Amino acid sequence: MYNLSLKENTLYVIIVGGGQVGYQLAKALLGEEHEILVIETDVKKLTRIEDELGGICLQGNGCEVAILSEAGAERANLFVALTNKDEDNLVACQVAKHKFNVPRTIARLSNPDNAALFKKLGIDVTVSSVNLILEHIEEEIPTHPLTHLHALRNGELEIIEVKIPPGSSAVGKRVGDISLPGESILSLIIRGEGIHAPCIDSIIQANDRVLAVTQPDQEEPLRIALTAT
Amino acid sequence: MHILIMGCGRVGAQIAATLDAEGHEVTIMDVNAQSFSRLNPAFKGTALLGDGTEEESLRKAGIDQTDAFVAVTERDNYNIMAAQLAKHFFDVPKVVCRVYDPPRGELFKTLGLEVISPTILVTQLLKEMITQ
Repeated sequence: MYNLSLKENTLYVIIVGGGQVGYQLAKALLGEEHEILVIETDVKKLTRIEDELGGICLQGNGCEVAILSEAGAERANLFVALTNKDEDNLVACQVAKHKFNVPRTIARLSNPDNAALFKKLGIDVTVSSVNLILEHIEEEIPTHPLTHLHALRNGELEIIEVKIPPGSSAVGKRVGDISLPGESILSLIIRGEGIHAPCIDSIIQANDRVLAVTQPDQEEPLRIALTAT
Repeated sequence: MHILIMGCGRVGAQIAATLDAEGHEVTIMDVNAQSFSRLNPAFKGTALLGDGTEEESLRKAGIDQTDAFVAVTERDNYNIMAAQLAKHFFDVPKVVCRVYDPPRGELFKTLGLEVISPTILVTQLLKEMITQ
């Protein structure tokens, strides 16, 4: 984690990719008085950003050591790669991290399946618009038994919500009698208008909404434990 | 050996033909079917349409049984990503990738990839031809 107290709370943020997302992010961060540099190969995109936001751009390839050196990447607090090519975002973040020791790197993903690889290769945060949209769709569909509510510790843990279908074998069981996978913990039961903190003697009822903390790879066994007939 | 090659450009097609002729089991992938026209008609291996940075395509190409993975598309970052996927996710014993940009190649060498840089090799050969 970077230290927010550095330089009176002002971060130096390098953004690779000056498309719509890069522009909007730069604008938002400038509004919070951070120091921003946008690296982009396309002069047209750069000109537009500079016309709107001033001289905060560097023309070039954000994966190249020479460009990142010119950008002063070694003093960056945060490095955000937002191009529409996952491989470019991966390599840019790896160069920033391993060549310039940038403490925190964020990569945008077009293919959500790449999240695990990026994490394994040391990218601190990945953001997939597909996954973000899916989470909202899950919430909208009442029959969908499992909703992702929040990721914790960069995705090592997650909070999910499981709706207990009437036919589930978990209905009528004590929480203590349900075998939960891994380090999963049932943390809250929403029943009608009320909420209950579950203890081992709490009885699961049909149509309960159970909030649980679990690891991503335990999500499917947990869903089965709570919803299978 | 089971060898998987990503990128059927000139180098990809050439190395595929050479290894195939030596009796290895060769699979070559490309995202563009037209690229396979570069393959020698005598090539007896498998040509597979697919993206070497996608797990599913790699599984279809038999990455789990692959002894060596070679990433030789035109794009450095694409090669670097596919090579890291093969090495760190599928534990392929031998992974080689082509990187044109020398500083980037050097960095990924220090991160454990086996990198070949045509830029450096050609420069050295040219210099020898000129100065000898």
